[in-house]
Amino acid sequence: MNAIEFILAGMLAAATPFLLAALGELVAERAGVLNLGIEGLMAFGAVLAFIIVYQGGGHLLGFVAAGLGSAVLSLLFAFVTLGFRANQVAAGLAIGILGQGLSALFGKTYESLTVRGLPKLALPGLSELPVVGGLFVQDIVVWISLAATLALWAIFAYTKLGLIVRAVGENPKAAHAIGYSVISVRVLAIAFGGAMAGFAGAYASVVYTPLWADGMIAGRGWIAIALVVFGTWLTGRIFLGACLFGAVSLMGLAAQATGLDVPSQLLSSLPYLVTIIVLGIISADRRLLKLNGVASLGEPFER
Amino acid sequence: MSAWSPAFVPTLVRRERASLAATLLAPVIALVIAIALNLGLYILMGRDPVAVIYAMLFEPFLSWASFSEVLLKAGPLLLIAQGLAIGFRAKVFNIGAEGQFILGAIFASAIPVWFPQATGQWIWPAMLLLGAIGGALWASLTAFWRVRLNANEILVSLMLSLVAAQLLNYLLLGPWKDPNGFNFPQSVMFQYDAMVPTLIAGTRVNVSFLITLALSVAAWVFMQRSFIGYKLQVGGLAPRAAGYAGFKEGWAIWLSLLIGGFAAGLAGAAEVAGPLGQLQRSVASGYGYAAIIVAYLGGLHPIGIVISALVMAVIYIGGDNAMVSANLPIAAVRVFQGSLLLAYLIAVAFVRYRLEWRRAAHRSPS
Repeated sequence: MNAIEFILAGMLAAATPFLLAALGELVAERAGVLNLGIEGLMAFGAVLAFIIVYQGGGHLLGFVAAGLGSAVLSLLFAFVTLGFRANQVAAGLAIGILGQGLSALFGKTYESLTVRGLPKLALPGLSELPVVGGLFVQDIVVWISLAATLALWAIFAYTKLGLIVRAVGENPKAAHAIGYSVISVRVLAIAFGGAMAGFAGAYASVVYTPLWADGMIAGRGWIAIALVVFGTWLTGRIFLGACLFGAVSLMGLAAQATGLDVPSQLLSSLPYLVTIIVLGIISADRRLLKLNGVASLGEPFER
Repeated sequence: MSAWSPAFVPTLVRRERASLAATLLAPVIALVIAIALNLGLYILMGRDPVAVIYAMLFEPFLSWASFSEVLLKAGPLLLIAQGLAIGFRAKVFNIGAEGQFILGAIFASAIPVWFPQATGQWIWPAMLLLGAIGGALWASLTAFWRVRLNANEILVSLMLSLVAAQLLNYLLLGPWKDPNGFNFPQSVMFQYDAMVPTLIAGTRVNVSFLITLALSVAAWVFMQRSFIGYKLQVGGLAPRAAGYAGFKEGWAIWLSLLIGGFAAGLAGAAEVAGPLGQLQRSVASGYGYAAIIVAYLGGLHPIGIVISALVMAVIYIGGDNAMVSANLPIAAVRVFQGSLLLAYLIAVAFVRYRLEWRRAAHRSPS
């Protein structure tokens, strides 16, 4: 397998934690809430899923536990920011630190243990294509994530629910005036974002690299938040961005396999460096950010 | 109106002026809530709560030896938090102090690593200065990205911290690894003149603690008494008003980040030239993140930060004690830090708001 085939085959799986977390953050941000706690919520979901799967509970139960657990933790963020109108930046950081602390605490006795991942399912026909065939051999979660991306795109593009969420993020006072509960919509959006971060963490710890190690999320939650900016709050672009990061995180492995003499630390830094560079390129176009940006993002709502 | 019935709902009502009592009480209440919550967690984990309380909250004060360790821990937290708070008040959210701290440690280490034989009283002051410059340079990347490229400083500074950790690993496993260090990822031990002189005999508290206190006074003068500090605060509170008054946003961002990076870099230099005595991986131990909590808990006020840095240092040293005597995982310190900040954010709401029980049917329209 050459480097391109290797990257194509692994890209979607590597992209999935970024994608799931970023889709959740997208919904929260569309509703006007900036949740910076994603890294901690992912770590919390990752450890819950790992413990369940390690104890023999199976992957489905592991994902359910991760989603529920991280959603509950994110409700704490909702309680502080919506109930007490706390600064969303500070509250997000607090949830992030708390989530990472809890994951290290719960995961202490599971450090460096491994579980079995999930089998890959091949799409008949397509998976036998040369070069790109690997794209069509993925585990079930990848397929579900792709479906979720499509569903979310459709919800925002075509449904009243999507419209309500956007209205609440764009102009909460107006949304309140026409009878929608801004707080309820935001609580649900935050919980959805939390659950998705939990799934993302679960995917990282029980499917992608099925092992537990403190710090294994390694900044992916932060990259997911950056992805929402890269994608200028649009589902399709977030998906493309996630694929880019999936590919970038595999480039390190591909480079090492080909015997390229580059320090491994530089390769590990690649996703962070790419984030910084892409963030600069996208943000420099202020018009683009304004076009799809969320007007009330990060601001507390007062009646 | 305090009687509860389903017809009444709790409502936050904005106060006409911020409550001074609530300002002073908020961190204390937050601390009590956090302690209670975490004790509950330890009991659930099957630990002896009395032993944990004793180890965490009392032991650090019981001997001069352990209290001096509290002062030693408080130093970097205090220094970094003072720098960050200036930016936070200007609404510049530099959360990359960890990376700036690491770069400070790296820059300072360059002298003893490259000139291990050098002697003279100039070495440690030069290291501290070089470290501060290193931190400021690392922060200037974030400032450039924010001002020139409009990129979010939270994400850029955080990403740069992750890069800095990799850079540290690279140096310690590669060019800066001690050839006689049994392959441990650490630099050579620093020579005598590369170490900050001890301040209190018999402890590890060194002269950098005095520098930190002096810079805290400087931070107070800067924020509370200088025109530039005033402009920064106005810019944070009312960006539009500041814009009309001719205060430039880009300038505030540069200043905030450079001050934050300078302070964090200095702290990193003092860490390697003080308690560590060499560049090693453990220099990246999360001071930069903990200092964010210290800054908030101190109400972003230079005096409050002195107290909150001491509290946080007690939690660190107490957490170490509890790890030994009550078998508590060290991750419990991170859980405590996170819950403390959350509790503070709730408590501080009562500075600006009063809680009123209002009739559900008569919610005031905006």
